[in-house]
Amino acid sequence: MSLPAMLQAALIQPFVEFGFMRRALVACLALGLSCGPVGTLLVLRRMSLAGDAMAHALLPGAAVAFLLVGLSLPAMSLGAFIAALAVAALAGGVARFTAQREDASLAGFYLIALAAGVMLISLRGNSVDLMRVLFGSILAVDDAALLLVAGVSSASLVVLALVWRPLLVECFDPGFLRAVGGRGALHHQLFLVLLVANLVAGFQALGTLMAVGLLMLPAIAARCWAHSVARLSLVACAIATACGYGGLLLSYHWGLPSGPAIVLLAGVVYLVSLCVGSRDSLRARYFPNHRHRAA
Amino acid sequence: MNGLPSRRQALALIAAGALPRLASAQPTQPAPLRVVASFSLLADMVAVVGGDAVTVHALVGPDADAHAFTPAPADAQRLAQAELIVVNGLGFEGWIDRLVRASGSKAPVLVASQGITVRHVGKVVDPHAWQSLVAAQHYVDNIRAALVAILAIRQPAQAAAINVRAAAYTRQLAALDTSVRARLASIPAGQRKLVTSHDAFGYLADVWGLDMRAAQGWTSAGEASAADVARLIRQLRAQRVRALFVENISDPRLVQRIAHEAGATLGGTLYSDALSPPGGRADSYLKLMAHNADTLLAALQPER
Repeated sequence: MSLPAMLQAALIQPFVEFGFMRRALVACLALGLSCGPVGTLLVLRRMSLAGDAMAHALLPGAAVAFLLVGLSLPAMSLGAFIAALAVAALAGGVARFTAQREDASLAGFYLIALAAGVMLISLRGNSVDLMRVLFGSILAVDDAALLLVAGVSSASLVVLALVWRPLLVECFDPGFLRAVGGRGALHHQLFLVLLVANLVAGFQALGTLMAVGLLMLPAIAARCWAHSVARLSLVACAIATACGYGGLLLSYHWGLPSGPAIVLLAGVVYLVSLCVGSRDSLRARYFPNHRHRAA
Repeated sequence: MNGLPSRRQALALIAAGALPRLASAQPTQPAPLRVVASFSLLADMVAVVGGDAVTVHALVGPDADAHAFTPAPADAQRLAQAELIVVNGLGFEGWIDRLVRASGSKAPVLVASQGITVRHVGKVVDPHAWQSLVAAQHYVDNIRAALVAILAIRQPAQAAAINVRAAAYTRQLAALDTSVRARLASIPAGQRKLVTSHDAFGYLADVWGLDMRAAQGWTSAGEASAADVARLIRQLRAQRVRALFVENISDPRLVQRIAHEAGATLGGTLYSDALSPPGGRADSYLKLMAHNADTLLAALQPER
């Protein structure tokens, strides 16, 4: 077999032959597109762990919806969305009205939500249905889930484009934003809504734990390659979508479970970036910039 | 076409339930024997054989998966108070030994599957032996022997009644087995191709001569890989498998996706490791096996 034919068989043919691979790929690409900028902003706002906390906060909402109406995508998405927003709002409110720090109260509320979710699941007795849903299956993405992921991704990109500048100003210089009359708190809330929407879309496809992986790992890895916020977002998008594609191929050719394959690939990209990236990496620290010497 | 046998079984079950009431119309009536079974199917067998001589509790209830069971303190308490513990064995309840030890229970543990012909998947023992009505008759006899051994001295009349009930129950199991085999005989061997979402039906397929493949690995714990799904779709397309089945405790979305893509139809729900809740289509072991057989036979009927 010639090299082009081999490459075609390895890289393209699975998606030509199987509809479920195409669906999974589209879901990964859509998730990657919006996860790039959202993850980058999370890193910039020093909220890298908040994504994880919010992902756990989805649990009780999805569980309640599941107990009430069964395995229904719209109901579980809505329930998860409401629960995570409630946790975010409670944590923000406590931080605003008391001297408690927001990260501490977020930790408090997400742990309550997590425990409540596990409790609800156990009371129902049948944990398997729900665990399968919570851990998602990118291979079982149906029309409704695909529409949800694509819709959330598109809406996120549009909203981010509209509030991109105030969001960045609020990251770097909240005092300036207040001085020029910007409403920092409003933008912060809007960003949290976007974050939760992306997590809900991701958990249908990848499950709560894995969705955070595709959100954070590419954004953190991008820090080793780019400096400006726009480039960070683009690099994060590129890494996330490439890992979605690569992870699916790994799962296809080597028989690995697909969700973990995608996230582990993103993890490998992060570790490699940390070692050989052009900025803030081990290489940049111990073998500094030969470009300067050459110039 | 398939209403008759199950109605006959239902009548027989009612009769089996009425028997002990006649037998136990004695002046002194000691408390029934407290039995804890690991999951709902075993509990049903114990209840049928034991009648009113026992009270049975299932640790893993209807529609729940024994593979993913998390014990609650109440479970340990029930085990501690039990006078007999019935488990499937063959590695099905990986958590049971620790739970029994932790509960401090002194009750004897009956492995209901002992004495059956064990089936292997690769090097691993397949625990789902109750899916064979032949093996189930061993289960019933093991349960009967264990109950009689405990009650023989304490309540000889009850022990005798248990022997009668076990014999009647075994006849019902054998009758269902015979009737399914007779109905299957009209379907050519080459057309008995089925695929299920969870490989729990190896014993059933062996006993009834079906070519049954699984969509996922042998236990429900693993997540499917793209390679598994692709292989299955190719296999369905190549062999023109007509029917794909979901069971009551696995991800239905993946099965639907596969069926859709391979051009197969969904054959209905098969019950593997758990009964349906009371009032459902499979709320006793006998009804479960009759339901599975009816579902399989309906899907395998040649196209009209």
